[in-house]
Amino acid sequence: MQFYGTEVPCPLLLGTAQYPSPQILKDAIKASGVDVITVSLRRETADGSGAGFWNTLHDLGCHILPNTAGCHSVQEAVTTAHMARELFGTDWIKLEVIGHADTLQPDVFGLVEAARILCSDGFKVFPYTTDDLIVGEKLLTAGCEILMPWGAPIGSGQGLRTPDALRSMRAHFPDVPLIVDAGIGRPSDACKAMELGMDAVLLNTAVAKAGDPVLMAQAMAQALTAGRSGYLADPMEPRDMAVPSTPILGMAELA
Amino acid sequence: MNIIVNAQPHEVTGQTLAEILLELGYDSPALATAMNGSFVPRTAREATTLNSGDQIEILAPMQGG
Repeated sequence: MQFYGTEVPCPLLLGTAQYPSPQILKDAIKASGVDVITVSLRRETADGSGAGFWNTLHDLGCHILPNTAGCHSVQEAVTTAHMARELFGTDWIKLEVIGHADTLQPDVFGLVEAARILCSDGFKVFPYTTDDLIVGEKLLTAGCEILMPWGAPIGSGQGLRTPDALRSMRAHFPDVPLIVDAGIGRPSDACKAMELGMDAVLLNTAVAKAGDPVLMAQAMAQALTAGRSGYLADPMEPRDMAVPSTPILGMAELA
Repeated sequence: MNIIVNAQPHEVTGQTLAEILLELGYDSPALATAMNGSFVPRTAREATTLNSGDQIEILAPMQGG
């Protein structure tokens, strides 16, 4: 799998927030074999509290995907993206333009506009979007080469609320990398996303807030691998009625 | 001159963004800056002069999802 020409073998993209400790974050990344981690930017204090995390990032050796989390306007998101590009030395940006404080639903109108501005300025945009096909088309027209539909609201752990819509996205955008971003709660959710033909899953809270984040990171990676194989193996269609799997022919008459 | 840095008021003597960062103790290399909502690249900090009331944002790497 490639994101903007960069080979990314692991289909799990992992957020770095809310872990019990930096060491557990490191162990979770190592245990799951993650190649891409998401990060953010926040106000610095004069004592340089952000420097510690900066050093941790360098030790991890992963591709860094900065986000514009918390931005509610195009200008906020664009300015944050520019600051992230300089700070992290990457033109990758996970673009979030949030439209609603309770659901953290993307403002897809602002998202398309911000994507257009950033793509034309050389950014490689990973847009956090809904499962709407028309929005997806507009994001591609704006210059995005990846789409990241939500599975459920950020941090909710509800799993995939609209699997049919994700299946439609796969059919409608057969050659576009699709990453389910947000809403995954359990490994079975991650597996299901891959069975639907998604290329990857981005999650954070489901691992960070698990009782054992390292074991959960590993479980997520295993679930993604199983789901991907299941998709490629072309599963059977469900049937309404039972069909015996053991042959009837040769059955003894014992009644 | 009174300016706002990360939502806090500050009285500073420096005239440029680079001078004010030093004056307020922001000496980490892992910083990104914005003034009045617009990004100010590292290379432009010395040439960026401030006026009273300007709003400065100083951001650092942080954990994120």
